[in-house]
Amino acid sequence: MEYVIEMLNIRKQFGDFVANDNITLQLAKGEIHALLGENGAGKSTLMNVLFGLYQPEAGTIKVRGEEVKISDPNKANDLGIGMVHQHFMLVENFTVTENIILGNEPTKLGTINIKEAAKKVQKLSEQYGLNVDAYAKIEDISVGMQQRVEILKTLYRGADILIFDEPTASLTPQEITELIQIMKRLISEGKSIILITHKLKEIMEVSDRVTIIRKGQGIGTVTTAETNPDQLAEMMVGRQVVFKTEKTAAHPKEAILEITGLNVKDNRGVDRVKDLSLTVRAGEIVGIAGIDGNGQSELIEAITGLRKVSSGKIILKGQELTGLKPRKITESGVGHIPQDRHKHGLVLDFPIGHNIALQTYYQAPISKGGIIDYKKIDKLAEKIIKEYDVRTPSAMTEARALSGGNQQKAIIGREIDRDPDLLIAALPTRGLDVGAIEFIHRRLIEQRDKGKAVLLISFELDEVMNVSDTIAVIHDGHIIDTVSPKSTTEQQLGLLMAGHEVKKTTIDKVGGE
Amino acid sequence: MSFLDVLYFIIPSAIFYAAPLIMTSIGGVFTERAGVVNIGLEGIMIIGAFISVVFNLTFSDSLKGWTPWVGLLVAMAVGAIFSLLLAVAAISFRADQTVTGVALNMLGLAVAVFSVKMIYDKGQTDSISERFDRYDIPVLSDIPVIGPMFFHDVYLTSVLAIAVAFLAWFVIYKTPFGLRLRAVGEHPVAADTMGINVTKMRYIAVMISGALGGIGGAIYAQAIAGNFSALTISGQGFMAIAAMIFGKWHPLGALGAALFFGLAQSLSIAGASIPYVQDVPEVILLILPYVLTILALAGFIGKASAPKASGKPYIKGKR
Amino acid sequence: MSQRMVNILVPVVSVVLGLIVGAIVMLVSGFSPVAGYSALWNGIFGDSYNIGETIRTITPYVFSGLAVAFAFRTGMFNIGVEGQLMMGWLAAAYVGQAFEMPTGLHAVVAILAAAVAGGLWAFIPGLLKAKLQVHEVIVTIMMNYIALHTANAAISAISDGGEKTEKIHESASLASEWLASMTQFSRLHWGFVVAILAVIIMWILLEKTTLGYELKSVGFNKNASEYAGMNVSRNIILAMVISGMFAGVGGAMEALGTFGNMMKMTASTGIGFDGIAVALLGANQPFGVLLGAILFGSLKNGGLNMPNEAGIPTEIVSIVIALIIFFVASGYLIRLGLERMSKKNKDTQKIKEGK
Repeated sequence: MEYVIEMLNIRKQFGDFVANDNITLQLAKGEIHALLGENGAGKSTLMNVLFGLYQPEAGTIKVRGEEVKISDPNKANDLGIGMVHQHFMLVENFTVTENIILGNEPTKLGTINIKEAAKKVQKLSEQYGLNVDAYAKIEDISVGMQQRVEILKTLYRGADILIFDEPTASLTPQEITELIQIMKRLISEGKSIILITHKLKEIMEVSDRVTIIRKGQGIGTVTTAETNPDQLAEMMVGRQVVFKTEKTAAHPKEAILEITGLNVKDNRGVDRVKDLSLTVRAGEIVGIAGIDGNGQSELIEAITGLRKVSSGKIILKGQELTGLKPRKITESGVGHIPQDRHKHGLVLDFPIGHNIALQTYYQAPISKGGIIDYKKIDKLAEKIIKEYDVRTPSAMTEARALSGGNQQKAIIGREIDRDPDLLIAALPTRGLDVGAIEFIHRRLIEQRDKGKAVLLISFELDEVMNVSDTIAVIHDGHIIDTVSPKSTTEQQLGLLMAGHEVKKTTIDKVGGE
Repeated sequence: MSFLDVLYFIIPSAIFYAAPLIMTSIGGVFTERAGVVNIGLEGIMIIGAFISVVFNLTFSDSLKGWTPWVGLLVAMAVGAIFSLLLAVAAISFRADQTVTGVALNMLGLAVAVFSVKMIYDKGQTDSISERFDRYDIPVLSDIPVIGPMFFHDVYLTSVLAIAVAFLAWFVIYKTPFGLRLRAVGEHPVAADTMGINVTKMRYIAVMISGALGGIGGAIYAQAIAGNFSALTISGQGFMAIAAMIFGKWHPLGALGAALFFGLAQSLSIAGASIPYVQDVPEVILLILPYVLTILALAGFIGKASAPKASGKPYIKGKR
Repeated sequence: MSQRMVNILVPVVSVVLGLIVGAIVMLVSGFSPVAGYSALWNGIFGDSYNIGETIRTITPYVFSGLAVAFAFRTGMFNIGVEGQLMMGWLAAAYVGQAFEMPTGLHAVVAILAAAVAGGLWAFIPGLLKAKLQVHEVIVTIMMNYIALHTANAAISAISDGGEKTEKIHESASLASEWLASMTQFSRLHWGFVVAILAVIIMWILLEKTTLGYELKSVGFNKNASEYAGMNVSRNIILAMVISGMFAGVGGAMEALGTFGNMMKMTASTGIGFDGIAVALLGANQPFGVLLGAILFGSLKNGGLNMPNEAGIPTEIVSIVIALIIFFVASGYLIRLGLERMSKKNKDTQKIKEGK
């Protein structure tokens, strides 16, 4: 096989932490090569080494058979390596063209020749079917188009080896389909691609071969056609993975949360939740399935009192919550695991113990007469750290220093410990490894079995299908359909999420269950 | 005094007072566009004013009419070197930019006054003998109304300041350097991945601001103050920062804001002899630039105006 | 080396480096650093008068340091201490001379008035930050100049066009004949007791109260605090106002203790800006601020003796202070150096132990 890239026995260390240990990856010409691993397995580190952002401590890199030292991204560019970053590296208030030519600007008499550059961008865009407007500003275009600008950046610099870092993370299903087509087209034009991902489905669909890494170690390379998702998952995690979460049938009782005719605007005054109605009953998990940006955030913020409701009613156990302050809502029996644990869930600079008291610090017995008793906080923290298996050196350790999984366990412990009647879990497993995901799913089901109502919001179809008892599909701000996970396929859900009404006969309505 | 007479008097005076502000606020535009907040412009202006006066007093015998101009160049160089302190601390050592800027202000004042006491054995220098001169611009100054307002008795330093503002606009918005500068201030990680040396760009930007701040101080000292003491520059640097913000971090906006603040200043100084203005309490005119800046920040300037990465040290590999 | 140890060492190393560079500046300027620093020492501790004046100088620094530190701890950068202090000074001077009240009570009322004035002056940037997300640094800088000109205009108005306000009544004064006579008639006044009280108040507020927990939480992460049901706007404004109150009381020290009135000024006092240095050196801890204020107050007062005794311009002290800020702010560098050193020690130890 002819290799365009060979990374042989790469080792990269940060202080005492070994991020990459003896990893080998060989990219053949004209293939899509997937790099598979859990979060924190060392995929990004390895690619940053290839892109010249990090220098490896050991190992060799060969490009088209020749040993090279990639000292900085410029060198990588010169070697024809381009990176499509997961978090787009785009200057928001620049135009598409300005972003693409940055650092490599064509000039005329010392000024930037923007016309010629735009022409070239347009031409490249057409050649690869990228459909990008050269003069549009980044802040005005869709996420999908922003990603295509990222691709154009590499093509403009003449890259023929492209690294895609978790490219589907923020795309809609249609955009994912388009991206896959674009990747195939790039291959047919003679490019080679490394695809970084932890999504098995995508790997099976587009890649030719897969290299798996686990905890910084290279596990091996397999040909996609000769493997299956189960084998890949086992190689990635290091043990057999149960994709299906074990649970008994639900026994829903009285309605806990009743939302009727809810309308909510976002910060810019655009309607994001439109005439939405939803019921969550005691003893059931309702999963909200939908693509990011269809009003999920606004819905949660409206229920928890963080965002103003334009019209409609939110009722908890017969008591109206609409218009109440967040604290009143929390106190009346709502627990909330926020979707962004760093931004909304934790004060990262506080000790983890203080974070565990974030909802109860002002109440007796912790606070009395405006004086806070930190000993009581420590006591509460010790209890939750033990019960929820939060791995931390002590309750006084800064929350920042904990792993994502342990941070999330602390948040879940904090919320469940208050024994809420309704638990809202927004993307509770985002970015976590398989072990933590299993733990969290079990806790959610446990709440349900205790007769509590659980509202789960997730962008991951697998999660919604496995954990929920009822799935409410949200599209463009309203619930487009309510279905049972037992009688619905992922394809049907995908169509609903994209806004296509599915023929009622194909799906059993849950209503009568 | 007729209304026109007032304008003939007040507009040239406004431009005169604005020149140092224009220079320094353009300097501020450069650093902030590159993502470095430069609170230290006041201290840089002090150093510029100080060095130009010392130079002027020392060399006026040999350089005659050229003295203030050479003084300007010296202040430019010294200002750029002085600003390196901010660059090293804030860019290389990740020090808080605002704190470092405050230290720069203290240091500038202390070093300048310390040196004046060392050299002249008193807290204030003598008055300089070679000041910037005024000129009538040929042809243009003969135009009725506009001529006497804008082209009569003009300080070349004011012309220079306005020219620098336009040049800055050209550099920041039309050249590759400017594109890179703005990219570094908006999204340094993106710039880094495009092969732009963020550290180098920020050093250059800070030194440009030092150079322009130094010139600003030198113009103030050699055109307006005429000597140097601890009180020569008091608040000019901060007013330049205000002008930069009021001008939405845009060179021409800063130019306009600086001219407007110059007007407020000249009114507060000469207001007593102008009808209507003399009825306005002096304090209103004195605080006007600052109040307007606060109102501007609170009101019509969108949050989007400030460069996004401004004030944040860039640490490679942290994303 | 433990993190705690490093945190203490960074300011210490910075002070030492600042003094060393100061010595080099003196050498280059043709002075003897030994003579300079001994003049500084004598200016601080030389006799009871100097000691009295040193303590007096330290007092407002404690307040400006606490004001900056309190704001830092609650997520805010208050560069407006200068202006808040000036407004506090003005309010205390006015209350001290315009009203008649029993001794003691008068001083308390004047101090409270100063706290309110300083708090109000900080309320504006706090409100703008909380409601319109306007960055407080620029607003507070602008407020400093507004304070300077407004105070001057107010002094004119109060004193019928004069250059300074009338002396405060005896009943509002913090000055003490006993303290003065003990220190060869320095201007030492009871303000230092108020300063120590303020240190304790800030410590209790931040470390023992529910409000302190909220203020710190909002300072670290507004979003998470909002999600936890805290009133973020109220806490931001409150943090700024409390910071401004410390600054305002600092101004009262000048009005009721040192000067007994307020005079027109051409530039800021500098106490507010020095407060940034004090807070930084004290790691934003109340008792750290006290130590920082003692250091900078001593340097400032001792520096006044340098021209007389060693012929060195007193500005050398400001140079040293500015350098100390540079070094503390560039703590990253010192941390790196300290870590290298301790690592090397460990390595040599290992070699010695034969590992």
